[in-house]
Amino acid sequence: MSVKTKDILLEPVVKNNPITLQILGICSALAVTTSMQVSLVMALAVIGVTTASNFAVSLIRNQIPNSIRIICQMTVIASLVIVVDQILKAYAFDISKQLSVFVGLIITNCIVMGRAEAFAMKNGPALSALDGFGNGLGYGAVLLVVAFFRELFGAGNLFGVEILQTVNNGGWYIPNGLMLLAPSAFFLIGLLIWAIRSWKVDQVEEVEFKIAPNTKFSEAH
Amino acid sequence: MGNDSIKKTLLVTVVLSLICSVLVSAAAVFLKPVQDQNIKLDVQRNILAISGLTADAKALSVAEVAELYKRIQPRLVDLKTGKFVDEANGLTVDQYDQRVAAKDPKASQALAGSKDIAGIKRQADVAKVYLVEQDGKMQTLILPVHGYGLWSTMYGFLALENNLNTVKGFGFFEQAETPGLGGEVSNPVWKSRWSGKEIYGVDGQVALHVIKGGVDPTNPGAMNQIDGLAGATLTANGVSNLIKFWLSDTGFKLFLNNLKAGNA
Repeated sequence: MSVKTKDILLEPVVKNNPITLQILGICSALAVTTSMQVSLVMALAVIGVTTASNFAVSLIRNQIPNSIRIICQMTVIASLVIVVDQILKAYAFDISKQLSVFVGLIITNCIVMGRAEAFAMKNGPALSALDGFGNGLGYGAVLLVVAFFRELFGAGNLFGVEILQTVNNGGWYIPNGLMLLAPSAFFLIGLLIWAIRSWKVDQVEEVEFKIAPNTKFSEAH
Repeated sequence: MGNDSIKKTLLVTVVLSLICSVLVSAAAVFLKPVQDQNIKLDVQRNILAISGLTADAKALSVAEVAELYKRIQPRLVDLKTGKFVDEANGLTVDQYDQRVAAKDPKASQALAGSKDIAGIKRQADVAKVYLVEQDGKMQTLILPVHGYGLWSTMYGFLALENNLNTVKGFGFFEQAETPGLGGEVSNPVWKSRWSGKEIYGVDGQVALHVIKGGVDPTNPGAMNQIDGLAGATLTANGVSNLIKFWLSDTGFKLFLNNLKAGNA
């Protein structure tokens, strides 16, 4: 694998992560991360959709009229998402029940469109597919990290297996209910962004404006 | 022909739409049989889980579900007369879907606000119940119940012993209450608290309800009380209301009385 393809595949995982750096796809990351299993399936579904949509959009990129390019990308993405949803309903029924509307909402996940518009419209099919796969991977990685904390502290489980025995099941652990609600994912993703940016300082954005010091008392008259 | 000409734009639109629609319809059509099978299996598993015929309905294989399900007999009940009927609006028991019927103005009644304590707005005229029989005698009666919790309509089953007063099992197969709070209505430990409880009090009215906090067994009404769920008062109220709705005159009470008297 050449250096460039490797970069395209692996950069989105940490260095250019769609969630923590590009701040895309936050909505679904809040919604589906209450359990590891659901997050994993969601991650696989998104990886599948971003890879295939990037590939398909890149294939027809030279034919798409500029004026309708967004709606063309949307059509491709929406079709792929419906196919994925149908497949889940047929072969992973329990999980598709838990994911409910969120599979359908992959259509509105900014990562998929963002990558189609930013990468697939300008690069060849193979590279685009890799880019889609990498970004899906980056999304999935964040999803799993967030879900790890939420499921462990919110329900005492990991992948549905009991780790901390909860009081309701006769154990000692009082689950933190906040972890199961969407706001906790906001905090976790915020902490994750902070952690990554402390490690990779170059990700820190330049401040857009500086807060001026308070006016001195003597000037206030 | 430039990419941005009107001709090319129309051409791309039509071709892309055609290809995508073929792809989507193909997926929908070819996967439909598998999906229908899944839905059917899911309902059967839920009924088996409530029936007490198996300890763990989720662990059963497809063949085992089919085998065990033979012992369960679905029947239709007209809620107004409280008697078994053979068909509802020309549909046999296998074709009838109570949820579909509840939306059909011809097969259901709108509920007035004061009567509609379960928050379901419309009630189907005919309900689909399930009987577990052994040697021609009914062992367990499984009643479909549903009602509004905090966020969602909760669909579940209530299984009764053959005295038609003692709860054998209870559970929702579909609910979208807050995970960890109201969602604990699906907690197996909580569901197990229902078995052995009695529905009707001494006055013949529905007395079974979810209380706040834990049940004190020395309490005179303990037979009709279920432990509350911490942080889920509104969901618990929804559960109490739907039990009251479905087991009083608006629901299955007439049918249960007929069944006891032997003329259902």
